[in-house]
Amino acid sequence: MKLNKAFATVALAGAVAAMSAPAMARDTISIVGSSTVYPFATVVAERFGSNTDFSTPKMESTGSGGGMKIFCQGIGTQNPDITNASRRMKASEFELCQSNGVKDIVEFRIGSDGIVIASSKEADHMDLTLEQLFLALGEKVPQNGKWVANPNKTWSDVDSSLPNKPIRVMGPPPTSGTRDSFNELALEGGCDELPEAASLSKDEHKAICQSIREDGAFIEAGENDNLIVQKLIGDKDMYGVFGYSFLEENGDRLQAASLNGVEPTQDNIAGDKYPVARSLFFYVKTAHVGVVPGIVEYASEFVSPRAMGPNGYLKDVGLIVPTREALMELQDKVENMPNLTLNELK
Amino acid sequence: MTDHTSQAELVRRSLKGRYRKERRFRAYGIVAIAIALTALVTLFTDIIGKGYTGFLKTTITLEVTMDPDLMYLDDPTDPKQVRMADFVAPLVAAVDRALPSATEDDQDALRRLINPYASSELRDALIENPEWMGTTRTMSFLAHSNVDVYVKHKGDAAYSIKLTDQQQAWVDDLRARELVETSFNDVFFTSGDSRDPAKAGVLGAIVGSLLTMIITLVLAFPIGVAAAIYLEEFAPRNKLTDFIEVNINNLAAVPSIIFGLLGLAIFINLFGMPRSVPMVGGLVLTLMTLPTIIISSRAAIKSVPPSVREAAEGIGASKMQVVLHHVLPLALPGMLTGSIIGMAQALGETAPLLLIGMVAFIVEIPEGFFDAATVLPVQVFLWAGSPELAFIERASAAIMVLLAFLMTMNALAIWLRKRLERRW
Repeated sequence: MKLNKAFATVALAGAVAAMSAPAMARDTISIVGSSTVYPFATVVAERFGSNTDFSTPKMESTGSGGGMKIFCQGIGTQNPDITNASRRMKASEFELCQSNGVKDIVEFRIGSDGIVIASSKEADHMDLTLEQLFLALGEKVPQNGKWVANPNKTWSDVDSSLPNKPIRVMGPPPTSGTRDSFNELALEGGCDELPEAASLSKDEHKAICQSIREDGAFIEAGENDNLIVQKLIGDKDMYGVFGYSFLEENGDRLQAASLNGVEPTQDNIAGDKYPVARSLFFYVKTAHVGVVPGIVEYASEFVSPRAMGPNGYLKDVGLIVPTREALMELQDKVENMPNLTLNELK
Repeated sequence: MTDHTSQAELVRRSLKGRYRKERRFRAYGIVAIAIALTALVTLFTDIIGKGYTGFLKTTITLEVTMDPDLMYLDDPTDPKQVRMADFVAPLVAAVDRALPSATEDDQDALRRLINPYASSELRDALIENPEWMGTTRTMSFLAHSNVDVYVKHKGDAAYSIKLTDQQQAWVDDLRARELVETSFNDVFFTSGDSRDPAKAGVLGAIVGSLLTMIITLVLAFPIGVAAAIYLEEFAPRNKLTDFIEVNINNLAAVPSIIFGLLGLAIFINLFGMPRSVPMVGGLVLTLMTLPTIIISSRAAIKSVPPSVREAAEGIGASKMQVVLHHVLPLALPGMLTGSIIGMAQALGETAPLLLIGMVAFIVEIPEGFFDAATVLPVQVFLWAGSPELAFIERASAAIMVLLAFLMTMNALAIWLRKRLERRW
């Protein structure tokens, strides 16, 4: 008897679960994309939810590439409305979107983020050029006209002006957008300054200039930048690679190396002076505007002066905010929602 | 005779060595337990030491004057006016009044002592009580998370204090007058996620975990038990059932992320279910838990003594009666234990949920199986990766909540087992 009752309860619960039918119409904005944009976009989402009658958007941190893939899967409320990216949409991703029926996309460039090479405040301040950075971290470096496995053990092996300390740098894994940008902007940038790089073929150039050494000098630390920060505070010979917002949050305990003589500060990154900075974006699916409530209002909150202005709340969390002109352009974009075209991306 | 004595002599001589061996063997066991306990104690002290401050909140008590001119607001019931009104100004003015040393130029520094969402609280309070307009009331608000960190972790090397010297002096002053206080953090248990550490809570994740676990239990337990009973009691022994058995055992060892991929491909892409919902999460975790439940249920059925079956058959019970009336009740405690172990495993999973979108920033508390939700381990993961230092203690506090959740589940299993257990 007892058992029959137990089975009946289970069956009933199952029936209840099955009957609460899928509410396919969605009234919450769904956002995916870059983990770099995530800390900024979530702040906007929360303010938006708290200050309007719309519900707070749901945000997944999938990485830029992963976000594009999900975003371009198609139209319909099971697919996200907005994707964040720490780089521009690629032409191939745009074509994927088109082939899946996601025709109209609006692009918003929402300021920039710098990648810093930081260390404990107790360590000596380093003044690096990109070339030195490549010679310290590249997998292969030129020697007597040949590319050989990186022999540099200490920073002073790279250049005698640098400290005589072993090269030990912690950084993000290859799945991270930060690593992509670091490889492209810092390493390849430094590689290009070497005369030997000019003679490489295109494929060789990418393979050599974007490869980080794997002999223990560069330590992959996982996606958790807080771990790198903790490590740097404990070990003053260690250097770490991460986004500017983590430097901003730990500014009293960490310092950043200057690159090509430029310190990573808000002004230098916003003014494109700091060499390892990238733009951040978000992309809106126009077909969902009006289907899922609040999309335009969310975009308009994002580009409002109270968020991205010189005293905006996004600046408090470490976003390098765009100039006044760029902000006004963004606000025009929210009004007109102009479609992105393939030619713009090429 | 001599043979006998020499043998006894042999045994006697080796006796000492055998006792020594046994003592050594026991010592190994004790060492193993000691290592396990040390690891556990270290883990707990670290988590509790780091996390207990997560259960404290810092509030600031202010004499707020709801001045219509300051707020640009005459009628709080008019939504249009409310949208354009300034609810920060009266708060800053109140802090200014509380601190005689503050001047006109300190507005920004003063504003950064109060939580950014305090203005929303004031707004909601005014909408609810329009008659407060023009009066002065004593109200408590959350302090800014930087103040929270300063009050709780002054002098702690693991935290960096982000207040200026003047702000620190102000906070010390307010603390001395008991206007800034720490108390039990009820916000942590009554709100969803937030990007502001002071306002972040685990309720959303607790509800999400609960909803996901309900789906998992409701699906995995009956299916698992039915499969186990059929395979154990009814299925013929042949190549096909052997093949099925091998595959169930293999499935139990498949990395959980694979189930996430499967869930993404089938439930979301093929069936068109929404992302990030407990329904899909529960389905994926069901697939993951099923092998564990089937294997342990079969073991429980096997352990029912054949004499019970034979006796039932002997008095004319049908196969189904034997199973339902005798085998199942005796095997149920074992099945429940297996199911709870499977569920506990599922409760701690994040990897398969990543792919179906449950690793997400979700502020609102889910209300049903098709509302966007996240789960407790995901919440820990998200907070541990946040740049704000105050999230470290929240992450540790959330781990404690997760452990409490787990212990409750295990306690429930033990209680159920004790109740259903039959001895013979």
